[in-house]
Amino acid sequence: MKKIIALVIALALCLTVFTVFADEAKVIKVGIVNNPPSESGYREANVKNFEEVFSAENGYETKTAYSLKNDEQLNAARQFITDGVDYLLISAAETTGWEAVLKDAQEQGIGVFLFDRMIDCDPSLYLAAVVSDMAQEGETAVNWLLAQNLEKYEVIHIQGAMGSDAQLGRTGALDAQFESGKMTKVIQQTATWDEAEAKKIVESVINAKTPFNVIYAENDGMAKGAVAALDDAGITHGVDGDVIVMGFDCNKWALRELLAGKWNYDGQCSPFQAAVIDQMIKKVEAGEAIEGLNEKNQIISVEKGFDARELTEDDIATYGLGE
Amino acid sequence: MPADNRNKSSSFFQKNSQLLIPFVAIIILVIFNLIRDPGFFSIAIVNNNDGYPVLQGNLVSIFNGASELAILAMGMTLVTAASGGQDISVGALAAIAGSTLVKVLKSTETITPLTVILGILACCAVAMLFGAFNGMLVSVFRIQPMIATLILFTCGRSIAYWINGGATPTVSSPIITAIGSFIPGCPVPTPILIVLLMGILFFILFRTTTMGLYIQTVGINQGAAKLNGINPVGMKLLAFVLLGVCCAMAGTIGMSRLSLINHETLLLNVEMDAILAVAIGGNNLGGGKFNMIGSVMGAYAIQALTITLYAMKVPSTDVKAYKAIVIILLVVIGSPVVKDAFQKMKNRNGRRMLARKEAT
Repeated sequence: MKKIIALVIALALCLTVFTVFADEAKVIKVGIVNNPPSESGYREANVKNFEEVFSAENGYETKTAYSLKNDEQLNAARQFITDGVDYLLISAAETTGWEAVLKDAQEQGIGVFLFDRMIDCDPSLYLAAVVSDMAQEGETAVNWLLAQNLEKYEVIHIQGAMGSDAQLGRTGALDAQFESGKMTKVIQQTATWDEAEAKKIVESVINAKTPFNVIYAENDGMAKGAVAALDDAGITHGVDGDVIVMGFDCNKWALRELLAGKWNYDGQCSPFQAAVIDQMIKKVEAGEAIEGLNEKNQIISVEKGFDARELTEDDIATYGLGE
Repeated sequence: MPADNRNKSSSFFQKNSQLLIPFVAIIILVIFNLIRDPGFFSIAIVNNNDGYPVLQGNLVSIFNGASELAILAMGMTLVTAASGGQDISVGALAAIAGSTLVKVLKSTETITPLTVILGILACCAVAMLFGAFNGMLVSVFRIQPMIATLILFTCGRSIAYWINGGATPTVSSPIITAIGSFIPGCPVPTPILIVLLMGILFFILFRTTTMGLYIQTVGINQGAAKLNGINPVGMKLLAFVLLGVCCAMAGTIGMSRLSLINHETLLLNVEMDAILAVAIGGNNLGGGKFNMIGSVMGAYAIQALTITLYAMKVPSTDVKAYKAIVIILLVVIGSPVVKDAFQKMKNRNGRRMLARKEAT
């Protein structure tokens, strides 16, 4: 009796395995663990990008889970492993606590890709990580500023929430210039990504009648706040103005300000990693090796920086975030 | 005659002894800044980039920047007085209100004065509804205000996101710019005028109705109020609904300043500053007697402190620590223990002087 039951179970298992394999030939199952689109304009574009690339038309069966909380993300990842996905795509809320889940995935033969955010673990636990180098992003912007060959650099530096990745990267490059004496720090203050606070900071500099000719704001919103203060004070800015305005994120509305010549520069930390991962998955499926990885199994996204004098409508449509 | 004058001034502060703390705080900040930079409070008229003359200077920045906080402090004073607790969801509610306004503005092709008025009415209505929700939890279900409003504090900014579905929707209209910065031709920033308007509205409300007295009564002794025919549930509800209106106005100003709404950062952490303004204003956070002027002065004192720290170029990482030091001082000076000690000292001095007078 027992033998018969065992046989039946074995047969059933074989059947299910066969059906799974039969399915697999047609669609690739991916599980995406990401932060919710409400987090920021960046995330909104990021989520949209993944939805577009990993669609049914492109031959994917996609399951997604959004959370800002690490434990909820971990649960979702475990669920995806149980569901038997082929690939797991993760943008982790926190860098720690993922080792066990990633090992599980490896044992089940699930390929793991990290995007946007790194995880503290052995690089062998994931196939590749597509990430931004925040420091490089800051350097790109500062190099652009240096290339403007101004007589003097008196910079108002408005920082994002202190300690965040974006703030550290965007601040680092500029701090190096302050230390070398090439640029003068008029004020360096955090507005914690708050547009209105940025305006107040610039107002205080204007009220103190301290001269300045560059505004380096670590995101678009704060740049907009800074510009509002300039407008109230009758100070010209932008391509033909007295003050150079720099922002980050490349929201569509911000790029339009650039196009109108009211701002000078907008840097972007690219939220478009889906296409790169898609190509890598195709390679893995074809049995080829993934190329271009560094020692940490990373691929660094190419960061864009737009100069108001070179920006086109097409750039806005292609690279702009939001509406 | 000088003796007469002294009596008058002392009686003003005896009647409004609450106002002493915010008054002293502002005076200290003013003196400190004048020593640091004699030109700190100078006001100039400059032409803005639209070509209109506008006022400019730290004083303008302080009054302008504190507008949302001042309006929220007015409403928070009422809630504190009636319920003996604080609403910690005002920032989130302002974000919801601002998002509602943006939603209405974006629903039409062109933004006319009528759409703006409709939008502001809609955002007032939504904020009053949420205020009523908070008020109901507090008055009918008798949940502690901080716990009751914790719900909206937690989910409010998500709701604000759902309303527009985008991270930072922007609107562009000269009318919105006029609300957020300057009406063309008027050199005073519009937010300051809105605060003035709200203040006048509350003044009229207190003068023409018994609302102020009733709210105080409920806050001092709910049971006694009930026995005297005042409905405590209704009064608490009213206070929360009025705070809702304040949130709507604060959200409108905050959104109009830069013609965009960032649901995550709009008036972030303002609830703490609003509660602080009420405390600095000498109001008892346990409810009862209140003084709205004190709270508004408290709001301006907080903004003056922030602007001072900016002007001093205090590094961003240290700002909060400096702010905390000043706040500790203010709160300790305003504490009952220190107040009693001062009172005793005053009495002793008075008696001594009286004794001296009698001796001569």
